[in-house]
Amino acid sequence: MRQAVRARRAWRTVGVLISVLVVAVWAALALAAPVVAPFGYDDQRVDESLQPPSARHLFGTDNLGRDVFTRVVYGGRVTLLIGVGVVLVGSVVGMMIGTISGYLGGAVDEAIMRSTEVIMAFPSIILAMAIAVALGPGIVHAAMAMVLVWWPGYARLARGEVLSIRHLEYVDAAVAIGQLPWRILVREILPNVRSSIIVLATVDLGSAIVTAAGLSFLGLGAVPPTPEWGAMVNMGRELPAAWWIAGFPGLAIFSTVLAFNFLGDAVRDVLDPRHHT
Amino acid sequence: MPTLLGITFVTFLISHALPADMAIANLGDHAAQDPQLVAAFREKWGLDRPLPIQYLVYLGHLVRGDLGTSITTEQPVGVELALSLPATVELATASMILAIIVGGLLGVVAGVRSDSPIDVVIRTVMAAGVALPTFWFAILLLFVFYFGLGWAPPPGQLDPGLAPGRPITGMYAVDSLLERNWPVFWNALAHLVLPAIVLATIGVGFIGRITRATVLDVLRTDYVRTARAKGLAERRVVWRHVVRNALIPVITVIGLLYAQLMAGTVLTESIFSWPGLGRYAYSSAGNLDFPAVMGVALVVGIFYVAINLAVDVLYAYINPRIRYD
Repeated sequence: MRQAVRARRAWRTVGVLISVLVVAVWAALALAAPVVAPFGYDDQRVDESLQPPSARHLFGTDNLGRDVFTRVVYGGRVTLLIGVGVVLVGSVVGMMIGTISGYLGGAVDEAIMRSTEVIMAFPSIILAMAIAVALGPGIVHAAMAMVLVWWPGYARLARGEVLSIRHLEYVDAAVAIGQLPWRILVREILPNVRSSIIVLATVDLGSAIVTAAGLSFLGLGAVPPTPEWGAMVNMGRELPAAWWIAGFPGLAIFSTVLAFNFLGDAVRDVLDPRHHT
Repeated sequence: MPTLLGITFVTFLISHALPADMAIANLGDHAAQDPQLVAAFREKWGLDRPLPIQYLVYLGHLVRGDLGTSITTEQPVGVELALSLPATVELATASMILAIIVGGLLGVVAGVRSDSPIDVVIRTVMAAGVALPTFWFAILLLFVFYFGLGWAPPPGQLDPGLAPGRPITGMYAVDSLLERNWPVFWNALAHLVLPAIVLATIGVGFIGRITRATVLDVLRTDYVRTARAKGLAERRVVWRHVVRNALIPVITVIGLLYAQLMAGTVLTESIFSWPGLGRYAYSSAGNLDFPAVMGVALVVGIFYVAINLAVDVLYAYINPRIRYD
């Protein structure tokens, strides 16, 4: 039995290392894009179009002669920014709303919980899609749409946590010595809510990235010529002979999501003692 | 029921409150140039009245099945949705069945042989399935199996040249089966394979993970220990006790899985030229066809609520220990 546990831990460590490496590589590439990319992301060289991967063009070129590697590196900035940004904003906003809702209780709590229920009644990409179409194309609108869809999950989680600790002794003690409700929230309650929020956020990053890419795939996120992984996959779908146009951006999405998912699971194992694999 | 109403409220808010001018958003740039059309539109949807009244007008239209008119095709959205629904139901059901069978099998094997190399491989496969972007996987499979190897049929529900026959349910595979129209049936099935596989990948991950966890739990229970102590062959123990109990949590996941499938169809149907709800949503989104997209959101939301309700009922029925008061 102990051997099995040791084996499991070994696999887990290897996985974590690989995942961290993958995330680090993509993050580094995204950050250093202007330095690392051999060409400009909008450099069209029509005489070099539709070339397979080579030494000069690591990932080949697309139908307009643009270097796919360059576009993947720059595209990473957009995709990762949207994904991480949405989870960041959504988790913070959701956590605050949920904490307040749980602490206040009553009609406010009811109203907020009802709205989370209704928003969560839609599959996320469908609702995000509808909002994005209402707002119009563009990265900012897509991000806004996603945040609107993303916050309820965190709100419900925070509220649940608050409800379970609201009447614990140290909170009652703080109330008894006359601390302001605001300070109680920040000092006693928030820190405990934080860890479960962090767990959810790290596990959630993967699906946020895929959804962001999906929205751009639909034409609702990044607008040409801005490179973005999902949009690039969309461009490449009509060109089976030039598989690298859709292949590499999709591989980028896949690898980052896999890495983030794995890291999220590892974080969850460390921070959430209630969960066991 | 209140959730259902809530869904309509959300779609109402999105369609009435978000766009700068709802009339322009729904009519499209071209038609919005004509002041008479705009006026007629405002009249029909009560846009000059206060917001709560607008909501009632909106509900009134919904109840009558009027979901607006598509900007691109100028057909009633409701009709277009009804026409695309069977294809998606067919695909979603096929994927669900595939996901349950494969995911369940993998989960049971991984659970029974936990911590073995097979377990690690299976768990990696399931993790990959969840992380895989469906639209990318669809494109890859199509590239490899159709364009590359020529094994898979061309995108679409049937080969060009084959007629579907009498529409009973609107689902080609089901209808041809009912009519014993074998050539069409096999062809429709063949066309279902690739898209169903793509959609099932996420489901396999979900179901596999839950099945495996349940199997692990069940294997530790007393009654399994008793069965083993009685000397029952391992396979009988697994089949009788473990698998049956492992299926129960899967039912609760079906609602969630359905949501994932719906999301998946939006991204995959167009790649396979599958004329369902997803492809409709994809082209509508791309064309910024606002009424069409709202119609899809509403219908999918309603379906999701209905399915979750059905799952709750089914679960209560199967598990007598759960009783709602």
